[in-house]
Amino acid sequence: MDIKAYMALSLTLFTIGIIGVLVRRNAIIVFMCIELMLNAVNLLLVAFSKMHAASDAVKASATYVSDAQIFVFFIMVVAAAEVSVGLAIIVMLYRNTHSVDINFLNRLKN
Amino acid sequence: MGNYITFPELLLWLPLVAGIIAFFLKKQGSAKAWAILSSFIILGVSVASLFFADDVKYASFNKVNYYWLKYIGNSFYLVLDSTGRLLTFLTALSFPIIFISTQQNNYKNPHSFYGLMLLTQAGLMGVFLAWDALVFYFFWELALIPVYFLCSMWGGEKRIQATFKFFVYTFAGSLLMLIGIIYVYLHTPERAFDDGHIAQHSFALQSFMHATLSTGQQTWLFWLFFAAFAVKMPIFPFHTWQPDTYDQAPTSVTMVLSGIMVKMGLFGVIRWLIPVLPDASLQFANIVIILSIIGILYASFIAIKQDNIKKLIAYSSIAHIGLMCAALFANNEMSVQGAFLQMFSHGINIIGLWIVVDMLEKQTGAKHISQLSGVAHKAPVLTIFLVVIALANIALPLTNAFVGEFLMFAGLYKANVWYAVVAGIGIILAAVYTLRMIQRVFYGESNALTQNIEDASLGQKFVLAVIVAFIFGIGIMPQPLIDLTKEAVNGLLAIKK
Amino acid sequence: MSNISALIWLIPILPLIGFLINGMGRKQLSKGISGIIGSAVILASFILSVLVFFQVKEAGAFNVNYFDFIRLSDFKLGFEFKIDQLSSIFLLIITGIGFLIHVYSTSYMHEEPSKDFAKYFAYLNLFIFSMLLLVLGGNFVIMFIGWEGVGLCSYLLIGFWFKKPEYTSAANKAFIMNRIGDLGFLLAVFWLIAKVGTTNFDVLFAPETLKLLTANDVTGITLLLFVGATGKSAQIPLYTWLPDAMAGPTPVSALIHAATMVTAGIYMIARSNALFSLAPITQTVITVVGLATALLAASIAIKQNDIKKVLAYSTVSQLGFMFLALGTGNYTAAVFHVLTHAFFKALMFLGSGSVIHAMGGEQDIRKMGGLHKHMKITSITFLIGCLAISGIPGFSGFFSKDEILAGAYGYSSMLYGIALFAALLTAFYMFRLYFITFRGSFRGTHEQAHHLHESPAAMTIPLIILAILSVVGGAIGVPEALGGKHELAQFLAPVIKSAAHHLDHTTEYMLMALSTALVLASIFAAWSLYKNYKASGEATGFGKVLQNKWYVDELYQTAIVQPLSALGTFFNNIIEKKGIDGFVNGVGKAVNYGSRQLRLLQSGQVGAYVLLMVIGMLLLFIIQLFV
Repeated sequence: MDIKAYMALSLTLFTIGIIGVLVRRNAIIVFMCIELMLNAVNLLLVAFSKMHAASDAVKASATYVSDAQIFVFFIMVVAAAEVSVGLAIIVMLYRNTHSVDINFLNRLKN
Repeated sequence: MGNYITFPELLLWLPLVAGIIAFFLKKQGSAKAWAILSSFIILGVSVASLFFADDVKYASFNKVNYYWLKYIGNSFYLVLDSTGRLLTFLTALSFPIIFISTQQNNYKNPHSFYGLMLLTQAGLMGVFLAWDALVFYFFWELALIPVYFLCSMWGGEKRIQATFKFFVYTFAGSLLMLIGIIYVYLHTPERAFDDGHIAQHSFALQSFMHATLSTGQQTWLFWLFFAAFAVKMPIFPFHTWQPDTYDQAPTSVTMVLSGIMVKMGLFGVIRWLIPVLPDASLQFANIVIILSIIGILYASFIAIKQDNIKKLIAYSSIAHIGLMCAALFANNEMSVQGAFLQMFSHGINIIGLWIVVDMLEKQTGAKHISQLSGVAHKAPVLTIFLVVIALANIALPLTNAFVGEFLMFAGLYKANVWYAVVAGIGIILAAVYTLRMIQRVFYGESNALTQNIEDASLGQKFVLAVIVAFIFGIGIMPQPLIDLTKEAVNGLLAIKK
Repeated sequence: MSNISALIWLIPILPLIGFLINGMGRKQLSKGISGIIGSAVILASFILSVLVFFQVKEAGAFNVNYFDFIRLSDFKLGFEFKIDQLSSIFLLIITGIGFLIHVYSTSYMHEEPSKDFAKYFAYLNLFIFSMLLLVLGGNFVIMFIGWEGVGLCSYLLIGFWFKKPEYTSAANKAFIMNRIGDLGFLLAVFWLIAKVGTTNFDVLFAPETLKLLTANDVTGITLLLFVGATGKSAQIPLYTWLPDAMAGPTPVSALIHAATMVTAGIYMIARSNALFSLAPITQTVITVVGLATALLAASIAIKQNDIKKVLAYSTVSQLGFMFLALGTGNYTAAVFHVLTHAFFKALMFLGSGSVIHAMGGEQDIRKMGGLHKHMKITSITFLIGCLAISGIPGFSGFFSKDEILAGAYGYSSMLYGIALFAALLTAFYMFRLYFITFRGSFRGTHEQAHHLHESPAAMTIPLIILAILSVVGGAIGVPEALGGKHELAQFLAPVIKSAAHHLDHTTEYMLMALSTALVLASIFAAWSLYKNYKASGEATGFGKVLQNKWYVDELYQTAIVQPLSALGTFFNNIIEKKGIDGFVNGVGKAVNYGSRQLRLLQSGQVGAYVLLMVIGMLLLFIIQLFV
């Protein structure tokens, strides 16, 4: 299968993510959009790793390990950690302010 | 290296360790006593090192080389050579004088005050001993940091502003130098270490001297390095931090700044600028000399108009340093030798001046010429010392500064007649502002402020007597000091050829 | 006798020891002891100087080198002394007259508190030390040490009574004017070092060294040295410090004017006569400056009313005569006049001190008069001094001044005419001073009249000795025309190659007769004008200009001091504070302002941050793709 299809999909997901972060004001939606962006990148990494990381001869060797796929796991781990911390923050925010609208959350400025 | 401890190590580690210990001595008296004691021990070491001046015979006493950051071609390389000997001796001599003369002053948080003072000494020693650019830069900054704290915590009313200015000035200069150091480093040849490791580049002075730099590269590197040194000296027009800082810093720190720290700039020129960038140093010698001479006249004229005694001394110091800088670039034996002598003499003399000024300020609370009058009636001994030191400062014959200035002017004259003529006007102006200050402050009828002034205490008399002894000792028999630095002078001149 | 050369160092060291003892022990020593110590060291130096003089007379000049003062690879400067005919004569003048002044001072300064008394003697000893160093120095640098040293000592002594600001200002003026001259001296030394690499007199004045110097070098060096001499010897344009130097105690004035300091310039030029003889341009300059100074100072002296000021301007004028002699190549005459002038000027200054002492500190001659009745010794010795300085035949001044005038005549008769006119003025103002002070009737207060008395023996004995010397001192230089041998010229011949024109005896007789007749006439004029002087109103017209010293001080003030002072203010207030500091602070302010503006970007809106981030990323993409 052509790499271009993966790229197109990943780009679309990433763009949706960015637009979501930019236009939505609900913290949870923003949060989900960030996850979307991360996963778009993951997708691209996996695709590239599969198709372009090494020549067939190298892939055939016994010691070959795909570095990029390991990175994907890193990102997933970080994303999971982020979700747990981020959601906790959002919950605490909601308890304090009864709102999850990010435009009201500018009190750290001063 | 042998198994014994070398002089560079002692000179560097003793003040460092003493300084750290001082931080734990919370009592005023014990911190003071510790500072004086340790500074005397360091002076002893420094005096001893003068007897091991033969670089061939005692080579192993005067060199030390630890591995530090081997992988980037750096080692902790300290050498005590004849330039270093002169300036480490000046440093070691100044600190006991400073501690004793300001003994009556009680500082809040004495432990950190004396600790920081001793750390400054360690930093200065490091600068004068380093033969590795990274180590040099390290100590160059290390000497600055305690001074920053000393000024901002124990200074006068406007200390924050003055200190900030001082810090930004010197730091800006230092960063330019750092860029220069890194650039030169990237053009140094490979260096093989004893254990077989080969670093691609090296920070050692020797490697810096063999760096492959085109004339064009030397040109702009020269100004990067010179910026750092010019700020430190300082040279017109990089000098405006100095009067404010001298005015606002606690006097003992001012003594360190004016007596030793300004010599770091001159030392940088001697140790790094001229050896590493000899072509550019020759090329720009005239510009630097002209800048220096403008500075001499400019600072002297301003000194005539100063009412603040501390600022007056600051401007007079700018004029003197300008002359030394011009002489270093005049590129003949007389002028360079004169500059070496004068570096030492100026350090001694200006500390003496500060001692007297500090006593006046502590007793009367006044630091303006117009506020004071007739000090000579109540404090004749103090006045005599001041007059002697002030006259030494304006280079009267048979005092130490005369020999230095005579050689510097003679050398400048050889380089270009007009340099000596124009700079010579500075001699006259120096007499004008010095005598004016003496007349207004010490002569005349005493006024309300000076009526109850007390004469110098025993400790102060002692240090002032030591200073005066140095003034006349060097003034009458300058040859030992010339012999001490002769090798460095000729080495420096040989590089340029 | 021949071992005296090993003791040469004692001559300057003894006064130095005196200085140290008196200086360190000024609180402990009683007046008697510090006076004795101060005088005794000078007496010892004088005795040694006499021994040295005879040694030189018998065995000729010799050099002593103590140690290397400065030794570089291509330059060596010894701490060396040169003792020859010239320096041995100056040693005698300095220590001899210096000793008399010390003795006189023990009485004159007796009113001072004992620690000031000791301080005074310490300074006096230091002064003699510096002057001895100057004279003994075997190269220009050692000479310069003494040269600056006397400047310092004059500073200390002029400002001796440091409570009065005008006194300390006079001291500052003396030091600074001397420093201006010293710069000239130093530049000449540097020039010599750069050209021939030595300042040692023997090497320097050897014909083979002089060959290394081009005509321009010689002219430049000698002119610069002369600038140095104008500072020290009070010539135009640097003479104004000397009259102001009267602020010091009177014996100090005697020391400065007679034995030390002002003669330094003459000594230096006489010492380097080999160099000056090669520089005709410089000689012309020296002649013109010397003559102009002689005339200017004499004209000012006519209208001064302060007894010491008259004497001060007379010194300036007499120094002008000496420079005239130097300029006309008549070095021996200059040295001769230094010698005789030392006698009679010391005499008159000490005499004026005696008068001031009797008058209770009054220096204005308008308030004196008729003092002859009260203080005969002072009056008679002072009269002898006046006769000597006026050049009455038989007195010492006659021989030396006549020699200078004869030399000038040999050069050009116009020079002679002007110099003669200055000499007539000298006779006039000196006798004006004498008649106003000692003759006529007393014009002071009743209290002062009651207080008038002759000074004690410690003061009058030096006066008498100096008076005798002022009379007979000329004997060593009786010209051949009067049947003498001019022993001084013969003695100095090895050191000084005099280039004076020799006149035939008839001309000399004519000149002597002419000058004597005119001097007598001018004394008569002074007598008729001032024998019964009554204090009159303020001077007007030209007299006022003279009384105000041609307004030279005011001219210097407006033309030099004020502009330089304004320049200092300009540098301090405009360039330093507004310019450099303004720039530095401006950079600081700009950074401050910029960061305040940038701070507005931090809105706190998460969305805005993200938007900026995205824009940034897009920009990076675009750059990556298209650039």
